[in-house]
Amino acid sequence: MGLKILTEHINVPGIETLEVYRKHGGYKSVEKALKTMSPEEVVEEVKTSGLRGRGGAGFPAGMKWSFLAKPEGVPRYLVCNADESEPGTFKDRWYMEKNPHGLIEGMITSSYALGANTSYIYIRGELMFILRILEKAIAEAYAAGLLGKNIMGSGYDLDLHVAPGGGAYICGEETALLESLEGKRGNPRNKPPFPAVKGLFQSPTVVNNVETISSVPWIVNNGGAEYAKVGIGRSTGTKLISASGNINNPGVYEIELGVPVEEFIYSDEYCGGIWKGRQLKAVVPGGSSVPILPANLILKTAAGEDRLMTYESLSDGGFVTGSMMGSGAFIVFDEAQCIVRNTWNYSRFYHHESCGQCSPCREGTGWMEKVLHRIEHGHGHQQDIDLLVSVAKQIEGNTICPLGDAAAWPVAAAIRHFRDEFEWHIKHPKEATAPGAVYRGQLDAVTA
Amino acid sequence: MAKVTIDGIEIEVEDGTTILQAARKIGGKIVPPAMCYYGPLKGSGGKCRVCLVKVTQGSAKDTRPMPKLVASCITHVQDGMVVENTTNEEVLNARKSIVEMLLINHPLDCPICDQAGECSLQDLSYEHGVSAQRFEEERRTFNKVDLGPYIQLHMTRCILCYRCVYTADQITEKRVHGVLGRGDAAEIGTYIENVVDNDFSGNVIDVCPVGALTDKTWRFKNRVWFTKPLDAHRDCPTCSGKVTLWTRGEEVLRVTARKDQYNEVEEFICNTCRFDKKETSDWTIEGPRHIDSSSVISANHYELPVLNVPIVPNLPVSTKKNLPQE
Amino acid sequence: MAETINEVKFSDAAMAEIQRYISHYPEGRHKSALLPILHIAQAEFGGWVSPEVMDKVAEILDIQPIEVYEVATFYTMFNLKPVGKHVLEVCRTGPCCLRGADELINTLKRKLNIEEGETSADGMFTLKPVECLASCGTGPMLQVRELFYENIDSEERVDEFLAMMRQKEHETPVWAQQS
Repeated sequence: MGLKILTEHINVPGIETLEVYRKHGGYKSVEKALKTMSPEEVVEEVKTSGLRGRGGAGFPAGMKWSFLAKPEGVPRYLVCNADESEPGTFKDRWYMEKNPHGLIEGMITSSYALGANTSYIYIRGELMFILRILEKAIAEAYAAGLLGKNIMGSGYDLDLHVAPGGGAYICGEETALLESLEGKRGNPRNKPPFPAVKGLFQSPTVVNNVETISSVPWIVNNGGAEYAKVGIGRSTGTKLISASGNINNPGVYEIELGVPVEEFIYSDEYCGGIWKGRQLKAVVPGGSSVPILPANLILKTAAGEDRLMTYESLSDGGFVTGSMMGSGAFIVFDEAQCIVRNTWNYSRFYHHESCGQCSPCREGTGWMEKVLHRIEHGHGHQQDIDLLVSVAKQIEGNTICPLGDAAAWPVAAAIRHFRDEFEWHIKHPKEATAPGAVYRGQLDAVTA
Repeated sequence: MAKVTIDGIEIEVEDGTTILQAARKIGGKIVPPAMCYYGPLKGSGGKCRVCLVKVTQGSAKDTRPMPKLVASCITHVQDGMVVENTTNEEVLNARKSIVEMLLINHPLDCPICDQAGECSLQDLSYEHGVSAQRFEEERRTFNKVDLGPYIQLHMTRCILCYRCVYTADQITEKRVHGVLGRGDAAEIGTYIENVVDNDFSGNVIDVCPVGALTDKTWRFKNRVWFTKPLDAHRDCPTCSGKVTLWTRGEEVLRVTARKDQYNEVEEFICNTCRFDKKETSDWTIEGPRHIDSSSVISANHYELPVLNVPIVPNLPVSTKKNLPQE
Repeated sequence: MAETINEVKFSDAAMAEIQRYISHYPEGRHKSALLPILHIAQAEFGGWVSPEVMDKVAEILDIQPIEVYEVATFYTMFNLKPVGKHVLEVCRTGPCCLRGADELINTLKRKLNIEEGETSADGMFTLKPVECLASCGTGPMLQVRELFYENIDSEERVDEFLAMMRQKEHETPVWAQQS
């Protein structure tokens, strides 16, 4: 069992209440930070920790904090991104449901570090039941003097509110989130200006993921240096992994960064192996937008080294033979799964979720979905495969926000690694559209 | 001030100028096209992506190139910035891609579209598009809708530039139309049946880069290249009264705002001027209007010989007939 | 059309909840409360938001009705047409499909004799496939109002679920509960 920074007490009965949470050391970081540390010192600890944004981009959190503009007389905001919508990702929902005070404590300590006096948790509207849990916990925190005026006699004031979204993946993009929080359509903003300069209500704003913010209390309590000792290289600390798909034990696992992928899939401590005694076919290791890798490349890098659950190792080989850590959504495919169908499914998702603001994404996501739909339903042509690669390339990098890339990568990667399966679908439409039909060429080659 | 180099041409511009504006100062072929950006409208730009350019040097201080292509209409110049537009393969390819994207769901109904001949999408496709068609799926279509008695919305042609929304927001009192839905199902609309009705509503027609918003008083009356644009004015209590008349023979077929070479209006005009004043006697004619934004209209060059015609207020019908034709 | 504009009236509890949300934002930024208010409106008026309801929301926030329409049509949670008593929002995205979401959707279609987007003849159920609901480890799953129903991975589970829902009234939202 590795170190549990976020989930040590998560299964303690009643941990969602303030009383039990405090009994297990909860809110110590608030007291320590507000009474004994300057905001800058908290920022320094987070920088030292090497903590990277846990929402998907993996940008160093302390660095992001230090970019925050601090003009006189202008309020600053901390906004927690709880719009967890990347397919495969359910760690934040799980964490907030079980341990709401963990996030609230992180919000208080982080808001203090950033000099924010009003902070928001923007949660996707579908998670209204979690919003209720958070609001209940926030009310407890207000009653205990942990929120509101003069927190713990420190002179620091903070109001914390939860705001629901309305059903839009794009609001996980930080500027779309801010638009949505302002009661508008979730159209991402043109950047610059970045939120650190002009964010919520045109004021300097930091947007951080739930897991990122929830890691801050431990860092404040134990020191950034201590956090940095966990993990490997620039992948410090622990990470919540959402494991889903065809495995025996789907769920959320807190791992020390550096666990070998093979161990993560097959050990009973984590996924417990592939269900129904089947073989592993492929893994999408970081949420639906990151490249899919076939079994051989997810277990070993192209150089033949064990692939590890770290930012660096998962991306080893670039997009040619590697993938990304993303949000830590580990989606496992068994041998009975059809890559073409899955790629069409993901493509439909991005088509459905494109905000429609910029032309390459608005038009390109729909185009890819329609072509993939045709292939999946037995009406593909051989030239469709190259067409998809080309359309994906036309979207990638040319859009306002990263949704375009997120839509392009899974299509490009699926074709890169499973081209023969696409070709088989097109050449044998009858066989391919039969119920339960799966191309086995690649697997047979592997086993042979 | 900032010195910026675009396609090898150096120019000094005010700080805070965008790359696109700097390029327009240079002028000519190196100016990136723009389908959504519209100078007179605050907040416009960044959406269509046709103006993407490559910044090969960020500034004199930070000489690194920018990793991705940037939208020139919203990216500010830095001192020492080096930009490539027509000289960069990546830019030209990206632009070709985006033109293709803009066209896959476009009906390509130019032969029956009132905008034909003065359509920015037509110009863009002509200059940057490819003739081959790779899209074989069903195209997105919408029904035509009347936004009141003067404006028709043909959503199928729309490229979602948002200009009409910004126009309604910024020059009219109460906006009743907007962008509904999302993704490629997003559309301009009023949601419930509603009339876009205020003194300046007609300006949405002028800002529309395509034939999505057209003037019902002009609909199917003529092709724009058969008409003669004349600058004219009247004493209007609501707007500046400075307009372009589009005439054929003695008939005023259409009234629009005056637009510059980038199709940007010089001054927004009121609906009375636009829709109700269709007699030459309503206007003081100043002279021919040179249109150089649209290839088809300019091709006629009929106005060249009349450049020095004296300005005659309320040009009598007989005089007008004598205007030399090419 | 359900009501005329004069009949759209939020309950006192709903108005109090609306005011609570408005109070979360700085002066002049009250439009920020639009999404929460639309959720409240949908819960108040039969699970969907009619143009009249949206006009009322615009009036409360002192914004133009089009600003409400623009937002309500952008976000998929807001139903713009009348719906059945229970809207079954079934996840159709990749990770749930790996565990049988397609089968769940097909079974519901067959048992309720409806297609996607339709409401059953008895007005009890509307089938609305949705994208990922952050419940990938417990798929296939669906959402009804505020609650998740997970691991519905067999025909028996579907039968159990439907039988339960037929007997079930909606939970009163927290804000509407008498204290």
